[in-house]
Amino acid sequence: MKIAVCVKAVPDAAAGRRLDPATKRLDRSVELAISDFDTYAVEEALKLKDAAGDGEVVVVSMGPERAMDALRKALAMGADRAVLISDSSLEGADLLGTATALAGALEKEGADLVLFGQQSADGGGAVLWAAVAERLRRPVISQVSELTAEGGSVTGKRQTEFGYDSIRAPLPAVVAVSDAINTPRYPSLKGIMGAKKKPQDTLSAGDVGGAADSGTTVIELSPPPPRGEARKIEDDGTAAEKIVEFLAEKRLV
Amino acid sequence: MAKTLVFLEHHDGAIQKGALGVLSKAAQIGGEVAGVVIGSGVGSVAEQAGKYGAATVHVADDERLAAPLPQPRVDVIAKLVRDEGYDNVLFAQSVLASDVAAGLAARLDAGLNWGLVDFDGEKGKAPQLQDTVIVEVGWASPVRLGIFRAGALDATETGGAVEVKDAAVELEDFSTQAEMLEQAHAEQQGPSIEDADVIVAGGRGLGEPEKFALAEELAKALGGAVAATRAVVDAGWYPYSAQVGQTGKTVSPKLYIALGISGAIQHKVGMQGSNVIVAINKDPNAPIFEFSDLGVVGDLHEIVPKLSELVRARRG
Ligand SMILES: Cc1cc2nc3c(=O)[nH]c(=O)nc-3n(C[C@H](O)[C@H](O)[C@H](O)COP(=O)(O)OP(=O)(O)OC[C@H]3O[C@@H](n4cnc5c(N)ncnc54)[C@H](O)[C@@H]3O)c2cc1C
Ligand SMILES: Nc1ncnc2c1ncn2[C@@H]1O[C@H](COP(=O)(O)O)[C@@H](O)[C@H]1O
Repeated sequence: MKIAVCVKAVPDAAAGRRLDPATKRLDRSVELAISDFDTYAVEEALKLKDAAGDGEVVVVSMGPERAMDALRKALAMGADRAVLISDSSLEGADLLGTATALAGALEKEGADLVLFGQQSADGGGAVLWAAVAERLRRPVISQVSELTAEGGSVTGKRQTEFGYDSIRAPLPAVVAVSDAINTPRYPSLKGIMGAKKKPQDTLSAGDVGGAADSGTTVIELSPPPPRGEARKIEDDGTAAEKIVEFLAEKRLV
Repeated sequence: MAKTLVFLEHHDGAIQKGALGVLSKAAQIGGEVAGVVIGSGVGSVAEQAGKYGAATVHVADDERLAAPLPQPRVDVIAKLVRDEGYDNVLFAQSVLASDVAAGLAARLDAGLNWGLVDFDGEKGKAPQLQDTVIVEVGWASPVRLGIFRAGALDATETGGAVEVKDAAVELEDFSTQAEMLEQAHAEQQGPSIEDADVIVAGGRGLGEPEKFALAEELAKALGGAVAATRAVVDAGWYPYSAQVGQTGKTVSPKLYIALGISGAIQHKVGMQGSNVIVAINKDPNAPIFEFSDLGVVGDLHEIVPKLSELVRARRG
């Protein structure tokens, strides 16, 4: 089974995520790391490949050229190949632009199954898969916390506002997985060493059939309303006492 | 005059509160306001929308639409937008609505803004990056698609009669390939957390299911209830009935203590109404600290047992 996994390189949480007031876009000049949520999708792909006994796992991403460094984590985990769509015409692409570019690359890959993470750690729309599935004209199942593949179809269990659904779709299909689906493996030292040598291709917008215009605009940024007197402390061994003091002050204990 | 269509998600014969909130918002903005109800045997659902400001409700009633799956709904709404010339299509955030909205965006080449907390007919407001920045958003496409954040809007009754119209159902091949095998309603047994004054919530930072005992002990000491995140509920550590967030419960206790919870927006929407929020998390960059009254950077396994003991001692 050939599985493509869409992963996003996002500004590392420790480096801070902010919108650049000048461009009104996410500041991507800081260190980029593969979005945590996407490591679950990579793990699930590796598990499916192992269970099938053969196949290929290719990670597909759109982002700045530097994003390839972040994709290497997926290769270190065990993915076979990385494809990065990188083009100045795609900078600042929104859902439409991103879905169109990714769908173009995925069309070329022709994978049996396309996996997504549950949301990107920066944008967090939790929407991309449905737009990509529409572009690819394939069935989609989202928020899947248990996935089984058998006899040319996949079945996903997932939680909604009303309880649990079990949904089956024939392959080729698009599936977005939740962060409860597995425990992503840590890359082994051997994996990390081997990652650099795995195939890593960078594609232009033209290679994937062209860019699409964004359908949304950012007009203005403003700070959130002030939060009052929030406190943050670091535990130096007395945190429990300090919490009790705080609760007492608020008459909560 | 602008024409607005609202996706009226329904469950067990009732339109969801969130969708009614969006409908109220659309009515407040003005112009022609309509809703769309999609399902099987849903004719009676449409009437409910009149009270909240819909002049028209399109009803797509078809056996193939019985299961709440997104792709056939994209087919129905895309046709309505094209035939009736809607300018805005608005959704209340849910698992289903998000997938419908995104599919529709790709189908219509229409811009989609999500996480909206406000919309004036042309521009919207959407907090981003864990609510650290408020973004005023617009659309570059003729059709504007928007998803409102869960709980962002109240439903207000304005009264009024509704004209119900049948909507055509023409489905694409690929739209009907996914098949609902089973829909289990949420189990209602298990702890009730909505009425608790104090909630101690556990997330994946507890490390393993057994460690929920830490949360239970603290909750007992404080006379409160235990809640959980989706990550741990979905993984089978704790019952669904205790889940707080977008796909779980909305709570507003006097005190909410979050143990090992990152504070994702989907969790936040279910507990941000709490009076006082205390968070213990070992990651100083965890988003939960953005909305805690007291944030404690540290290992919960060290802190919580001591905390329970101190609380017990204090309360006698
Ligand atoms: C459509 C949709 C709907 C969703 N609905 C919901 C919902 O209803 N409710 C919900 O909760 N989520 C929901 N989510 C999921 C949500 O986005 C997050 O993935 C989830 O809330 C994360 O749960 P968590 O905080 O337990 O886990 P994680 O995000 O993994 O966070 C665990 C935290 O524990 C900390 N930690 C680890 N070890 C320790 C330690 N020893 N001491 C202290 N801290 C520690 C870590 O630093 C981390 O911050 C939804 C997502 C989507 C896409
Ligand atoms: N630029 C990107 N390149 C590849 N995959 C992406 C990109 N952005 C988002 N994704 C995928 O889409 C999922 C949902 O993202 P979002 O809709 O932005 O929350 C992520 O978990 C990734 O799997």
